[in-house]
Amino acid sequence: MRHIIAVLLENEAGALSRVAGLFSARGYNIESLTVAPTDDPTLSRMTLVTTGNEEIVEQIKKQLNKLIDTVKLLDLTEGPHIEREMMMIKVRAEAGNREELKRLTDIFRAKIIDVTDSSYVVELTGASKKLDAFIDAVPKGLIVEVVRSGPTGIARGEKGLTL
Amino acid sequence: MEPNAVQLSGAEILVQALIDEGVQYVFGYPGGSVLHIYDALFKQDQVKHILVRHEQGATHAADGYARATGKCGVCLVTSGPGATNAVTGIATAYMDSIPLVCITGQVPTPVIGSDAFQEVDTVGITRPCVKHNFLVKDVRDLAVTLRKAFYIATTGRPGPVVVDIPKDVTDPNVKIPYDYPRDLRMRSYHPTDKGHLGQIKKALELMLQAKRPIFYTGGGVVLGEASALLTQLVRLSGFPITSTLMGLGAYPGTDPQFLGMLGMHGTYEANMAMHETDVLIAIGARFDDRVTGKIEHFCPHAKVVHIDVDPSSISKNVRVDVPVVGQVASVLTDLLRLWKEQAPAASAVRPVADWWEKIEAWRRVDCLHYDRASDKIKPQFAVETLYKVTHGDLYLTSDVGQHQMFAAQFYPFEKPRRWINSGGLGTMGFGLPAAVGVQLAFPQAQVACISGDASILMCIQEMATCKQYNLPIKVILLNNGYMGMVRQWQEFFYGSRYSHSYVDALPDFVKLAESFGHVGMRVERPGDLAAAMQEAFAMKDRFVFLDVVVDPTENVYPMIAAGKGQHEMHLPPSLSERELA
Repeated sequence: MRHIIAVLLENEAGALSRVAGLFSARGYNIESLTVAPTDDPTLSRMTLVTTGNEEIVEQIKKQLNKLIDTVKLLDLTEGPHIEREMMMIKVRAEAGNREELKRLTDIFRAKIIDVTDSSYVVELTGASKKLDAFIDAVPKGLIVEVVRSGPTGIARGEKGLTL
Repeated sequence: MEPNAVQLSGAEILVQALIDEGVQYVFGYPGGSVLHIYDALFKQDQVKHILVRHEQGATHAADGYARATGKCGVCLVTSGPGATNAVTGIATAYMDSIPLVCITGQVPTPVIGSDAFQEVDTVGITRPCVKHNFLVKDVRDLAVTLRKAFYIATTGRPGPVVVDIPKDVTDPNVKIPYDYPRDLRMRSYHPTDKGHLGQIKKALELMLQAKRPIFYTGGGVVLGEASALLTQLVRLSGFPITSTLMGLGAYPGTDPQFLGMLGMHGTYEANMAMHETDVLIAIGARFDDRVTGKIEHFCPHAKVVHIDVDPSSISKNVRVDVPVVGQVASVLTDLLRLWKEQAPAASAVRPVADWWEKIEAWRRVDCLHYDRASDKIKPQFAVETLYKVTHGDLYLTSDVGQHQMFAAQFYPFEKPRRWINSGGLGTMGFGLPAAVGVQLAFPQAQVACISGDASILMCIQEMATCKQYNLPIKVILLNNGYMGMVRQWQEFFYGSRYSHSYVDALPDFVKLAESFGHVGMRVERPGDLAAAMQEAFAMKDRFVFLDVVVDPTENVYPMIAAGKGQHEMHLPPSLSERELA
């Protein structure tokens, strides 16, 4: 099963490599990993997406918690949560398909953020599946380049993953 | 910060911090990046530096010191090859959860990343085999980082911590106020202390209902200083107890309730009892593959209680029914109190009588049987003789292989911290430098290193350290001319094709020891062994290397082949099938 795990880490040099190293050393799957400092510059927040049976995911969480730099950890999958991923996608937009791509962008409530005579860059934010759907909807052969941030997430409700 | 705090350089801060941590010995080897530190060490006499002959020896000596005393071991090595040589010892300490602070020199901060002379990414290389590591880039962070290193290394589940210090951070010309932060709190690190009382009650319930209970205890009992509490609980309950390689000595090895070691080379009675138990009480043990054998066949009838300080050890390899996360000593204190309140008085004497009958029948198999009439010295006989000669009062370090298993099987330890070996990593070369640390910690005690002709050569250079510091260690070499354990596996599983397990061109160990300034002795006949050992141990101020020529074909039994179930043991061929039924 897919799990999305949020981790608050000390914003120290090497903290990210400790997490990445843990996953490779113990042979855990890692689908994506995003990290950036929070409003408190001494803390980084990491979101990682992994898959595995319940025992493996339980071990992953324990091992993450065991890292000295880990301050707090939350498995967002255990409760209601919101998940967002950002994508920028460069598509070939020539006379014949400019209009269709523009319509597609509107349907997905995406934005065109760069335009040339022959290309668009479309920015789209949403759940990962919505991003997948957009990629599938672009007519074959028009995609030049795709860049995705990997999912980030936050729990619903008033409680926060803070110190 | 006190207004009139003393002004110290980075190198002086390091030395002062070691003094403030109460460090007695630093095991190390100098080099370019640590010269400022060595100069600061030279100018004081509170911390003693022990010069080893290879950085691996420094880590093992610090490790041996830590295992024998329970205190944190400290080593100091230079950058580059100094650090990479230390990695084996750091990993050894990591696998066995030994508290170690390893200070590594690093090239100056301005040249980090430029492939400078003797530069390696020490933090990167050691990351997977440390509890934590630090690179100190600013002298103002040095004192607090060292305090953190000692705190992390010695609390919770202990482990090695590496502190990598660039040379400019120890610059003798840059002085800052020194104030050692004694009350350290870390928001990201909170080791568990007390176990959850509800869970402990559940564990007690299972124990009280058990028909075929067994304690399975490991190195965590030794590390957690819980040996006396464990002994009380085991005696009160009347349950049998078995121990891992790392836990030997936590419960008295000669006590009738002790079934011996379990696992790959464990006793028949311990492994059979594990296989048939209905309530397994695991304490400070981690269900290592050398213990469990094939997981599918491990304790098939058991409800499992697991007491451990590390939550990630729980249900890692084997599913646990009642986990109790906490310091072993704290949990056992609670468990003992509850047991005394709730256990019926009658259970004080072997409550599970028919279970014990079964165990005694397994015991009668005599699974450690060997040929005592042999005209060759059997390695088992050598260990038994060592036990008799030392009256069981010995700190015994070990290398890795057959001799290690024979020692674990035939030398019963009555006290914790007496049996010092590399269990998790299985590091050949560990024994001799570890004995250096032990003998320094206990100068008056009898310290021996049991080794094999292959293992001993891996850190043989430490004989020079022993000479320099007059350490009267006794090396008991079980010399069979083979890498015995490799040879055994090749005999069993590779059609006796002894591929590169024969140690051709062995040195003359007697002359070798003598060339280092020590006493060398060689014994070839069983009848001469006891007298030779007595003579060796009588030389209280000399390092003695006793080269014992043993039967080269002897194998370690019982044995559970890798991937087999714990009940599928090979017993010594000298025991007939009939006796087994």
